[in-house]
Amino acid sequence: MSSEALSALPTASSDLERLYLAMLRIRIFEDAVLRLFLANQIEGTTHLCQGQEAVPVGVCDALATGDAVAATYRGHGAALALGVDATRLLAELLGRESGTNGGRGGSMNVTDHNQGLIGCFGIVGGSIAAATGAALAAQLTRDGSVAVAFFGDGAVNQAYFHECLNFAAVRALPVLFVCENNLYGEWTPMATVTAGADIAGRAAAYDMPAAKIDGNDVLAVRAAAADAAARARRGGGPTLLECLTYRHKGHSKVDPGVYRPSEEVDAWLARDPLPRLAARLDDDAVERAHDEAEAELERVLETATAAAYPAPDTPATAIKVSHDPSVRITQGHA
Amino acid sequence: MRTVTYREAVRDALAEELARDDRVVLLGEDVSLGGVFNATPDLQARFGPDRVIDTPISELAFTGAAFGAAVRGLRPVVEIMFGDFLGLVVDTLVNQSSKYWYLTNEQTSVPLVVRSAVGAGARLGACHSQTPTSLFMGEPGLTLVAPATPADAKGLLKSAIRDDNPVVVFEHKLLYGRKGEVADGDDALVPLGRAAVRRSGADVTIVAALRAVEIALEAAETLAAEGIDAEVIDLRTLRPLDATTIAASVARTGRLVVVEEGPPTGGYAAEVVAAAVELAGPVAARRVTMPDLPIPFAPTLEDAALPSTDAVTAAVKFLTQ
Repeated sequence: MSSEALSALPTASSDLERLYLAMLRIRIFEDAVLRLFLANQIEGTTHLCQGQEAVPVGVCDALATGDAVAATYRGHGAALALGVDATRLLAELLGRESGTNGGRGGSMNVTDHNQGLIGCFGIVGGSIAAATGAALAAQLTRDGSVAVAFFGDGAVNQAYFHECLNFAAVRALPVLFVCENNLYGEWTPMATVTAGADIAGRAAAYDMPAAKIDGNDVLAVRAAAADAAARARRGGGPTLLECLTYRHKGHSKVDPGVYRPSEEVDAWLARDPLPRLAARLDDDAVERAHDEAEAELERVLETATAAAYPAPDTPATAIKVSHDPSVRITQGHA
Repeated sequence: MRTVTYREAVRDALAEELARDDRVVLLGEDVSLGGVFNATPDLQARFGPDRVIDTPISELAFTGAAFGAAVRGLRPVVEIMFGDFLGLVVDTLVNQSSKYWYLTNEQTSVPLVVRSAVGAGARLGACHSQTPTSLFMGEPGLTLVAPATPADAKGLLKSAIRDDNPVVVFEHKLLYGRKGEVADGDDALVPLGRAAVRRSGADVTIVAALRAVEIALEAAETLAAEGIDAEVIDLRTLRPLDATTIAASVARTGRLVVVEEGPPTGGYAAEVVAAAVELAGPVAARRVTMPDLPIPFAPTLEDAALPSTDAVTAAVKFLTQ
């Protein structure tokens, strides 16, 4: 069954409500991050995903415990969709000791192995190789897991994309390559720097199944991801999913996104994944979701912003120290 | 103990660790057929194509995938055919593998080994002859090893595979045929991070790695005939440097010559001098390196560019006179 047909099927309202809440949690989290950022409470830079929530929520809802996900520096949505604790995520963005990475990683390196998040990658395309490797481990250990690489349209012109799709295809690795095509690589329109401008079409060269999906339809995304994950788990190899979506904000903190035509922005705002799903819920359900998400955010903000920074003299090593002196000598060395 | 070549020592280390731990896998170009340097023959026949994996010529993909597999429980060993190709995997090693333990707040380490054949003198030109250790010397979280003997080729590789952190193993292509005594199993282990004193001496400390160790030892013999007693230290691990062994020697001799088959700037030679100065006080030091040029092809030019016994003895005499 095609993902379009699946998407048209009636789905239990509790299921839809759950998906709506999952997207809403990301939306209001990102809005809060933006506010904190503009108030100089979050330092450095940040990459927000408002508008793209249906992709991580749809994909992660099709996954099972034990699966591995590698995300990008625009990865807050993937983290929340996987179940990473929102307070620990925000604490990480704030550089606090209680963050997912102890404040060492920041927004672009969020990692939580307990939730299957093997990393967010600050280098465009890095997630593709990481997930390919997780799939290699899954195949060799026969643990039944699949791996997911989230990446943007900008990554499809990286060697990581082409080399890893080829490698994954020839070895039939259980991996989903999920392109969040938001039509802009940083500030540059995808079509002006991407030959063919058809990302899903590139899979044919690797003899790999692919689908181009409405990435703002969470049910379409979930159905396609479920198809791909099932194929991967039965040894059918990788799938490329191109999810067409749009980021409501600019690329990063220095970018107000003014290079995008206002008609284009308006057209995509009209396809916002949240109202589209809300239209399928009754008003009470929508209100319940908002009440729940906002109450959670209030708790998250209170706890995360009050958390302590790591002490400057926190002991640290860049390596895991071996306790076997026949393998590694560490004492007394520079 | 058995007498084997450096090449066989590498193969034996891989075979022993593949047999010992089923999380160990080997990935590389042509590895099923032994590879260009014939360091991995028969391993695929013994351990199967799932654990000894012939890869496409896609260093970024299979090294990046090895990183991803390592954080999910495998212990991959990657062969990068020539050290010159390590430039293709700097992102994996530097931006992902080496930082992971720290950046994830110690959630998971990266037990990844990257082996690569390095070194000049084989008339292979500028992009198949380099020893690009300095690309990685400054990177926190990376361990760099450089065996000069068959025993170390085996022992350091075995330790690298058992270590929980990313380790780059530089194997010198002109050493693959050298023979030496090598132990089996756990007895063969050589700890990461410890240098070896190959020759004791009182007048000058000569520090080297890889093929430069042979040059240093030849120079020491020449100097002995002239009444100069040189100590020769084989670094074995370039990062972290065994500064303790270096400083102890230099504190006795007061003179230091470091031999490096690489360009003069930013290499281990500079770090050895810095460690000696910081830990052993005032020291007279010289570096013997290659010129600040790409490695040439013409035999006359390449031979002239390599560190030589004459250059080492000249450096020692500069310090002793």
